[in-house]
Amino acid sequence: MNYFFQKFGRILVIWLPLGWLLLFFMLPLVEMINVSFSEARRAVPPYIPAFQIGSEGFSFRPVLDNYLLIYEYWEDYLWPAINSIRLAFFSTLYCLLFAYPMAWWIARSNKSIQHILLILVLMPFWTSSLLRMYALIGLLNPNGFINDVLIWAGITVTPIQMMQTDFSIYSGMILTYLPLMILPLYASLVRLDVSIIEAAADLGAKKWDIFRTIVLPLSIPGIVAGSLLVFIPAVGEFVIPALLGGPEQLMLGKVIWTEFFRNRDWPVAAAIAIILIAIIILPIVYARYQDRERIS
Amino acid sequence: MAPFIRIQNISKKYGKLLAVDNVSFDLEKGELFSLLGPSGCGKTTLLRILAGFELTTEGYVEIDGQDMVDVDPADRPVNIMFQNYALFPHMSVSNNIGYGLKRASLPDNEIKSRVSELLELVHLNGMGERKPSTLSGGQRQRVALARALARRPKLLLLDEPLAALDKKLRSETQFELCKIQEQLGTTFVVVTHDQEEAMTLSTRIGVMNNGKLVQVGTPNEIYEQPQTTFVADFVGEISFIEVTVKEQKEPYWLMQGAVPIHVSTGAKFRINQKVNLALRPEKISLTSKPTGKINEFPVEITDWAFYGAGTQYRVVGPGGINLKLYESHNLPSKSNARQPETGFINFSPDSIIILER
Repeated sequence: MNYFFQKFGRILVIWLPLGWLLLFFMLPLVEMINVSFSEARRAVPPYIPAFQIGSEGFSFRPVLDNYLLIYEYWEDYLWPAINSIRLAFFSTLYCLLFAYPMAWWIARSNKSIQHILLILVLMPFWTSSLLRMYALIGLLNPNGFINDVLIWAGITVTPIQMMQTDFSIYSGMILTYLPLMILPLYASLVRLDVSIIEAAADLGAKKWDIFRTIVLPLSIPGIVAGSLLVFIPAVGEFVIPALLGGPEQLMLGKVIWTEFFRNRDWPVAAAIAIILIAIIILPIVYARYQDRERIS
Repeated sequence: MAPFIRIQNISKKYGKLLAVDNVSFDLEKGELFSLLGPSGCGKTTLLRILAGFELTTEGYVEIDGQDMVDVDPADRPVNIMFQNYALFPHMSVSNNIGYGLKRASLPDNEIKSRVSELLELVHLNGMGERKPSTLSGGQRQRVALARALARRPKLLLLDEPLAALDKKLRSETQFELCKIQEQLGTTFVVVTHDQEEAMTLSTRIGVMNNGKLVQVGTPNEIYEQPQTTFVADFVGEISFIEVTVKEQKEPYWLMQGAVPIHVSTGAKFRINQKVNLALRPEKISLTSKPTGKINEFPVEITDWAFYGAGTQYRVVGPGGINLKLYESHNLPSKSNARQPETGFINFSPDSIIILER
């Protein structure tokens, strides 16, 4: 009986998350690929699936039209793609610059307050992202809180334009994605043995030297993990630039949204999404492959 | 002449806790000095003060005539070997050893030749390109030693250098460590809780307890002439007998406890003074019949343990005196099946350690 429960428990522990991933991650992705090879039409759903199982068995009729269309009008997609990647890149960079000292400070602070600090890092996640963006708008507006204070203090006469700038976009991005960077960095820095740092100091290394030769190389796994966690969702981000940025900032995420909901062209939207995934995944797969080559 | 290293009235407080309590001692050049004590006695804190990781609350450290109070760990002519070795996991053995040399801005070819010298010294030739994670515990220990020696420190600190090694490897490494120390003439301070390790390694031992340095001496002095009950008890096996000084009967003092005991006259006592007599196990002889020697009384053997080279007995004498004694097997030892249950013990009046109570 006990044995049965043990075995059953083991199966449950492995298969439950695996089943979850299959059902809610793999299947939608496969369906997305399916849609991207489908033919658009005005109906519900607005496409003829490339692969379908019907009463007369299954049929498989993929069309390449959607990808060819993107290829043909590539200039329309190039700038949104560049905008998205640039946004993701700089968001990742700024998050890294802000998160590193914070993660270091948390990892080196007293064990008893580390948990409290980590909860504080996660606290913003407990409110809706949209709500936080509107709060940020409230702060940055020409007649918002920050400008009110600046004018009241006599630092400026007319309000400073902060909304619809890179500053407001990246403020929003950092506000949203910073915890995703802090947590993996914290995890790798907290494992760093103090005696290793002391050994470096003992051997004549000054503060900057210790950081450059010991702390930084040993925290690379955290930097990579945090950067991926920020970069991947940031590439597809369009709500934050739409709310905080100007109209000229067209993001790939926004293009996909437009294709889906304005044009009701699901196949093309799916094709763009698949290309976006490929752009993100392929460099990571390549980097991992290189890594494995180097180790062996 | 001023001593090579002078440690003067060092105290360290953590809040209200006095971790190191007014410790002073001097070291001569080339000494191998052990700080011995139970865990939490302040020996590691003292070591970290010498390395410069902890500031003293009071007192000062002087190395080769130079005051160390305001000197950064990076600038002290002192290096430390950590208990967990603290090797840099992302660097090769060579880069670990050369790390301190590179910080000192030595030219590359000199670093290279020094590193290969050090690899030779610790018998790790050809291992330079390996990562620490691919080495055994003993090899890692030697990398740590080579790295700590690379900058040719005036003082090398070793925190429990052999604690992480298994017993067989430990005794080999002990001799290796002594050999390297003699070869280089570097002054070593070793922190250890292992009294055997301290005995075999050191030229002198400082025994610490509760932050205080309770006795400093050669291994022989510490073992044969402990000055406090703590030192006597901590270093080696020992048994205590509580007695009162009775009278002086040249050439002995007569002490009265459960049995009368004669002690050689060396020290001065008051009549009726209460003292502790301490006896090392190997100083006591066990016989099956009375021999008529001085300080002899019958005992009951309660327990014994075979050690290969000898047998340790626990015996109870008159009045419940508990004693440990050790008989070495000068002749091949016989089967353990028939051990005597009673016997007589005697010990020389010269071999008794007298401690204040």
